[in-house]
Amino acid sequence: MRKRLWLILALGVIAFGIGVVGMLDRLQYGLRNVGYGSPIPWALWVVFYIYFIGLSAGAFLISSLVYVFGFKQFEAIGRIAVFTALIALITALLFIWVDLGHMERFTEVFARPGFHSPLAWIVWLYTAYFFLLLAEAWFLMRRSFARGAKQGGFKGGLYRILALGTKEGTPADEERDLKVVRVLGSIGVPLAIAFHGGTGTVFAVTIARAYWYSGLFPLLFLVSALASGGALLTAVAAFIIPNGYRRHQDLVISLGRLLLILLLVEVLMEVAEFLVSLYGTAPAHTAPIQEQLFGPNWWIFWLLGLVGAVGLPMLVLVTAGRRSGLAVGIVALLSAICFVGIRWNIVLPGFVLPELPGLEHALVEPHLNYLERYVPSLMEWQVSAFAVGVALILFAIGYHLLPLEREAGGETWQKQEVSQ
Amino acid sequence: MTVQVETKSMTVRMLEDLQRALQKPMEERHWAMVIDLRKCVGCNACTVACKAENNTPPGVAYHVVIEEEIGKYPNVARRFLPRPCMQCEHPPCVKVCPVNATYRRPDGIVVIDYDVCIGCRYCLTACPYGARSFDFGEFYTAGHTPEVAAYDTSPSFEYGRLHQRQPGRLNESPIGNARKCTFCIHRLEKGMLPACITTCLGGARVFGDLNDPKSLVVQLAASPRVVRLKEELGTEPSVYYLL
Repeated sequence: MRKRLWLILALGVIAFGIGVVGMLDRLQYGLRNVGYGSPIPWALWVVFYIYFIGLSAGAFLISSLVYVFGFKQFEAIGRIAVFTALIALITALLFIWVDLGHMERFTEVFARPGFHSPLAWIVWLYTAYFFLLLAEAWFLMRRSFARGAKQGGFKGGLYRILALGTKEGTPADEERDLKVVRVLGSIGVPLAIAFHGGTGTVFAVTIARAYWYSGLFPLLFLVSALASGGALLTAVAAFIIPNGYRRHQDLVISLGRLLLILLLVEVLMEVAEFLVSLYGTAPAHTAPIQEQLFGPNWWIFWLLGLVGAVGLPMLVLVTAGRRSGLAVGIVALLSAICFVGIRWNIVLPGFVLPELPGLEHALVEPHLNYLERYVPSLMEWQVSAFAVGVALILFAIGYHLLPLEREAGGETWQKQEVSQ
Repeated sequence: MTVQVETKSMTVRMLEDLQRALQKPMEERHWAMVIDLRKCVGCNACTVACKAENNTPPGVAYHVVIEEEIGKYPNVARRFLPRPCMQCEHPPCVKVCPVNATYRRPDGIVVIDYDVCIGCRYCLTACPYGARSFDFGEFYTAGHTPEVAAYDTSPSFEYGRLHQRQPGRLNESPIGNARKCTFCIHRLEKGMLPACITTCLGGARVFGDLNDPKSLVVQLAASPRVVRLKEELGTEPSVYYLL
């Protein structure tokens, strides 16, 4: 395993180790030890859920540039994008699963779905998307599995199983596989738009929360998804592929340009949302925005959102990022991580005002305290570390084992095997 | 000449209305509440009665009284707004439930099936009145005092069933579920008025069948003083306030 993958694996194991205690707490005591309550029913885990689901949708839509829209310059990250989308999806679902009051009942969404609920719809769409990702990944890699099955050892055995009887095939067979991938990707594009637009819709249809109740919200979700997913993939291309930012300088810089456009659209939409909301006098509209700008968690908007996720990356992308893959990689990584701040500010400001004025003083009890500022509890952070740990471990091991890096003229893994 | 006027206690009148409504099939009833804000003294007896009747744990409040201080000294007054569940005709909380665990009964009461609710809390975000709480598994005494008080573990009779919460079983319903006011349907079905109605010392609360023109609620709901909360959302609450 490469040093960088070892690093990711080590980080993953540490996060998992820190988090496992919180996870045991979660399983034994349910949601008793979380920092949120009925006034703020959705909190840190929902933030992480929409963050990771956005990364997944974004990564997948970028992969579709290669397999559906034929942008060959991004081909080197095609498989990686599909793989990243899969890991991010699993992580997102893990976050929303632990947030359920009854984790064991998640199957009810399939058994007795309420189709008037956007939440039921997106769960069905996530499921379809999960299987589509698996199918697409398999068709992308099955010939590589078949070729790799000849090598001995664990990897050979694994590839033999994963090949599911596929023969090595001719280049024509590979072309045919790519056509299947194209069809799958073509189904996947509207699906990804639907499930991530749908995730935004979960919030947008909530008439009780003026901050969310806007037709712009699902679109904002999509743009944020593309931008954050694009940033993550750019970082992966730059730093996980060996010497990526040097060897694939053109690719990384192209991805940087794409990221710049997506960030610009993100800014445009946020500015529209902010200006319109702030113009009026209705507290239901103005308070959530003022809370983001000047509230106790102001730094999430200014430092994570404005500087980290958007401002600094854009500044670098229009200057050093035009020539340096390394610069693009660094700001893309910064942006991908800091996007979690933008996600926080989608969820939490929705709860800044009590549903009825005066409700905050009516009754104050544990988990029913409108006056208390929400701070995630230790257990919430631990469970988050657990889920992120699982994601990093799956990413490192999967990346190491699967033939994800494909380059013109052959399979990289073959080169690696030879060099070893 | 003296005129004989038949007077009747409001409670007796409401009980008669209730009996009449119970004779009808469920789908022909529409349970509703009228709260006269001029009569409300803000004593919170309703809130306490609700807690005692439904045995709700810390953090779960089906009913609260919102107090507001209005004006500036020396012209200061206090205003009280009791807030049960509005039992909306178009409940936003029902629409968003991904598993149909919460639904509106034919008699207008919005209920939750504790055996199905997955605890996603979407309904809590969707309710414009803050009328739903999530049961996080808190207890008044367990974990805080050496002895667990009986009221912490004694069952509630919501929905006509026994629901027993245990400190050692934090993954069992109704813990982990959304919870809400049911207009005390377990009492209604036994011919009793909701706990908050019987306990109201100012006689500010009236309960009955909105589909019965002879009922007290219908007569009061026809008052020009009547308002409903957040009418503009189109939720059509079944709780009416008299200003």
